[in-house]
Amino acid sequence: MDEVIEAWTTRYGATRDQLLPMLHAIQEEAGYVDDALVPVIAKALNISRADVHGVITFYHDFRRTPPGKHMVKICRAESCQSRGGAKIEAAAAQRLGVAMGETRADGQISLEAVYCLGLCATGPNAMVDGRPISRVDEKVLDRIAQEVAA
Amino acid sequence: MSGANETNKAKVYISRDMASVALGADDVARAFADAGCDVVRTGSRGLFNIEPLVEVETAQGRIGYGPVCADDVTTVLDGSHANRLGKVEELPFFASQQRFTFALCGVIDPVSLDDYAANGGWNGLMLARSMAPQQVVDAVKASGLRGRGGAGFPTGIKWQTVHDAPAGDKYVVCNADEGDSGTFADRMLMEGDPYCLIEGMAIAAYAVGAHHGYIYTRSEYPFAIDTMKEAIRRSAHIIAPFTLEVRDGAGAYVCGEETALLESIEGKRGQVRAKPPLPALEGLFGMPTVINNVLSIAAVPFILSKGAEAYANVGFGRSRGTMPVQIAGNVKNGGLYEIGFGITLGELVMDIGGGTESGRPVRAVQVGGPLGAYFPPEMFHLPFDYEEFAKAGGLIGHAGITVFDDTVDMAHMARFAMEFCAAESCGKCTPCRIGSTRGVEVMDRIIAARDEQTAETASLGGGAGYLAKALYSRSPSRIDTGIEAQTQLLRDLADTMKFGSLCALGGFTPYPVLSALDYFPEDFGAPGTDNAPHKEAAE
Repeated sequence: MDEVIEAWTTRYGATRDQLLPMLHAIQEEAGYVDDALVPVIAKALNISRADVHGVITFYHDFRRTPPGKHMVKICRAESCQSRGGAKIEAAAAQRLGVAMGETRADGQISLEAVYCLGLCATGPNAMVDGRPISRVDEKVLDRIAQEVAA
Repeated sequence: MSGANETNKAKVYISRDMASVALGADDVARAFADAGCDVVRTGSRGLFNIEPLVEVETAQGRIGYGPVCADDVTTVLDGSHANRLGKVEELPFFASQQRFTFALCGVIDPVSLDDYAANGGWNGLMLARSMAPQQVVDAVKASGLRGRGGAGFPTGIKWQTVHDAPAGDKYVVCNADEGDSGTFADRMLMEGDPYCLIEGMAIAAYAVGAHHGYIYTRSEYPFAIDTMKEAIRRSAHIIAPFTLEVRDGAGAYVCGEETALLESIEGKRGQVRAKPPLPALEGLFGMPTVINNVLSIAAVPFILSKGAEAYANVGFGRSRGTMPVQIAGNVKNGGLYEIGFGITLGELVMDIGGGTESGRPVRAVQVGGPLGAYFPPEMFHLPFDYEEFAKAGGLIGHAGITVFDDTVDMAHMARFAMEFCAAESCGKCTPCRIGSTRGVEVMDRIIAARDEQTAETASLGGGAGYLAKALYSRSPSRIDTGIEAQTQLLRDLADTMKFGSLCALGGFTPYPVLSALDYFPEDFGAPGTDNAPHKEAAE
C-alpha cells in the first residue's frame, strides 16, 4: 500500500487537499484504510497523524477494518421509509444473517445503512456491490441473498 | 431476430440513469443490442413509473414504450407492446412542464459533444465570452436566479462579490453533494446532461475571473461521478483555459453545507466554518470562491443563450424562473417535474404526482429533504415560492417532495429527524451535536409514554410510564416524564437548536420535528386526541 501512496503523491502532488482522494484510492485498492497506514499517509502529506486519523474517522465512507466479501447497502432515508423501507431493512438483516452496520462472522457479507441513493420515487432501494436495485421487496431480497452467498 | 432488423437497423434510446439501471435498464439495453439494434444510452426523461423506457426512432418521431423488460424486444420493435406510450414528450407529465435546465436530459447521449453542440450547447459560453465579465454578472442578476441549493440567495450578487474581490486566485465550486432524501435533480442532470453543468461552470469562471473549478459530488452517486469525469475529459479543450475537476465526497451529509464542503475539498474534516468571512471573499484555500448548487449553475447556459428576460418572465413573486421539482416517496407518478415557481403543492402532489402509489390517502408531505417541514393536505394551497414557504414555517430546500400515506407515524418521523441530525452533525457547535442526541431521547420518552397510554386504555394494566422513566439513568423520580412536560422540553430544545446552531443542519432540524408536532399532535399522544390512529392501518 505504501507504493499506492507514493505513486499518488508523485502523480498529484503532496498537498493536503489530496488526502481524501488518496484515502479513496487506498480503500478502492485494499477495501479499507489500515491504521498502520496512518503514519505513512501523514508523512507523505506532511500533516500530523492526528489529522489523518481525524479525517478517516469523520467520514462514514472510510472503514478501518476489512469489509465483507459482498457489500449490501440499504437506504434508510425518508423517501424509502415512506415506501416501507423499515420493513425491508429488518427483513434484509434477517435474510442475510447480519445486523445493520455489521459484517457477518464468516466475512461473506457486510450490511450497511445508506442515507439516500437519489432513487427516491422507486424505493426501497439497495446497492449490492456497487449495483443499484430499486423496488426491493421480499422476492428481490431472496435474489440478493442468493447472489451474495457466492 | 428477424431479417428486417438486420438489414434495417432499428435505432432505440434507453436511459443509463442510475434510477433506470436500478429498475433493469441495463438488461433491456443488452437485449436490444443483442437483437441487432443501434442502442443509444441517454439520461432519464424523469418519470420513473415508465422506466425502463425504450424509445424507438420512427418516421413519426421517437415512440416510447415503458415499462419494458428484456423479453419484450420483439413486441416493442413491431409496435405491438401493451405499454406503448406514443411520443414521450406529449405525455401529460411532460407536456405541462417548462424544461429550461433539463431540456436535453433524456433526449441526447449525455457524453456526446456532437449531440450537445447540435442542440444549442455552448451557445451560452460563446456569448458570455463575447461580453465583458461584468455584463455576464449583470445578465445573471437580471434573470433573478436564486440559489437552488435551498438558501435562495441571489446568484448574481454572489458572483458580483467574487468578481469585485481583488485576488489572483479565485475558484468556482459546484455543490453537487445532494444528500437530501427525496431529491435527485442534481444526479439526473450530471448523468443526463453533464455538459450543461460544465458550460455553466465555465461561464461562472469567466464572469468572476477564476481559472480552476471543482465539482464536489457525493460518493453515493457513482454513475454521476463517472459521467462527469468523462464529460470533463472530453470537453477540456472547449472550456480551456478554465480547468475543472471532480472531487468525491465520503458519505458526510454535512458536507452539503458550503463551508463544510470547502473544508472537505481542502482535505479536512467536513466541519462548518463560522461566517463571516463569506466564502465569496475567503473561500476555498482562503481565496474568493463562487460556490453554487448544480441547479443554479446549470440554469446559467439558458440565461445567457436565451436571455435573462426569458428566464425572469417565468415565476412567482421574487422567485423567478423554473424549479426542477422532484416528486418522490409513496407517489404514483414520481419523477422530475421542471416548472415555473407558483404551482401549488397540491397540484404537484395530487394532479401531477397522482397521489400515493399505495392508493391510501396522503397524510403528510415533507418538502425540502430531512430538514424540511412536514405539511398535511390542508396546506396544499401553498404556492411553490421561497417566501410563501418560509411564511408557512417550512422551506423549499432543494425542491424534493416526499409523500407519505396514512400509515406513517409522525412521532417516528420526528425522532428520525433528530437521529439523522445526531448521526450527521459535524460536532462543531453544541446545540446541534448535543441537542440532536437529547432530542432522540425526548422523542423516545414521548413515544414510550404515548404507547403506554394506549396500552393502558386498552388493557388497564402495566406500570404507567415505567419504560419512559427507565430511560433516565439518574433520579428518574425527579423528572416529569409525562407527555406534556416532555413536549414542552422538545419545544425548548428545538428553539435552542434553531437559534443557536452554526449551520442549517442543527438550525433546520427543528422544522420537521415541530411541524410534525404542530400538524399531527395526535401522533405525539396529545391530550384530547386519539393517540393510536394508525396501528391498524400499519397492518
